[in-house]
Amino acid sequence: MTIHNLYIFDRNGTCLHYSEWNRKKQAGISKEEEYKLMYGMLFSIRSFVSKMSPLDMKDGFVAFQTSRYKLHYYETPTGIKIVMNTDLGVPNCRDILHQIYSTLYVEYIVKNPLCVLGETLQSELFNSRLDSFIRALPFFNVRAA
Amino acid sequence: MAIFSVYVVNKAGGLIYQYDNYVPRAEVEKTFSFPLDLVLKIHDEKVVVSFGQRDGIRVGHAVLSINGVDVNGKLFAIGSQLSPEVGSSGIEMLETDMFKLHCFQTLTGIKFIVLADPRQSGVDGLLRKIYEIYSDFALKNPFYSLEMPIRCELFDQNLKSALEIAEKAGTFGPGS
Repeated sequence: MTIHNLYIFDRNGTCLHYSEWNRKKQAGISKEEEYKLMYGMLFSIRSFVSKMSPLDMKDGFVAFQTSRYKLHYYETPTGIKIVMNTDLGVPNCRDILHQIYSTLYVEYIVKNPLCVLGETLQSELFNSRLDSFIRALPFFNVRAA
Repeated sequence: MAIFSVYVVNKAGGLIYQYDNYVPRAEVEKTFSFPLDLVLKIHDEKVVVSFGQRDGIRVGHAVLSINGVDVNGKLFAIGSQLSPEVGSSGIEMLETDMFKLHCFQTLTGIKFIVLADPRQSGVDGLLRKIYEIYSDFALKNPFYSLEMPIRCELFDQNLKSALEIAEKAGTFGPGS
């Protein structure tokens, strides 16, 4: 059970943060294109889900899985989107993503007067805390390369 | 009503079969006199409330019948809205808080999509079963052309009974 990578987007589609731990296959396109593709796909899936839902929705799209990985999604009311790719054994991650938002993003970025919202996150403290938080998760397990 | 809908999509991304199985949670019956307090508009071949929320009738609710006379057909064209970008061969299961969408893509490019309750189990077996029913009653039908909309009665009947079995039993055993 591992975590492959993590993206954080803002409401305009700018990728604020990206880190990877266990990624086996690169996308074959540049990082900017990959962020745009990921954001576009999530935007389309969200509108698809809201159209297809047979009942009125509270939270909307939560996760999807393929035969190889599972993508977990969490969106705040302000438009901050946190996306995490894990392998298939991982159960629902919504509260973990919510924790990342409330204890890491809000604490180290929003409350930091030097961090400009809307641009790539520059805080080293945020990066290191996020990294140790992810590594401390029960289903993070670095495979030998 | 644990299984909400079943869709079959062909290789080109066009919808060739649709079956909806959910009862809208809120069916409100109200008596109005002229003039109506609601603003109605046509959307996707249905008559939908666009303004004028009151007494349980909210924006987006569709008019089902007037004075007991059924208003419109249930099928609406969503083939273009289900284009390959979302039903792509990658996604096998998409989860939201209200439903789970399961997708099975065959080797020939036909995609079977089931919208079910998140708690419904055994949907993988159901998808394989629907594929079996498709090959038995649609493909073996000499009057059915490939990639065209499926209009085979036996396919409908067997699909409905398979859905009922899935909702009751929760799962399919091997060789059922």
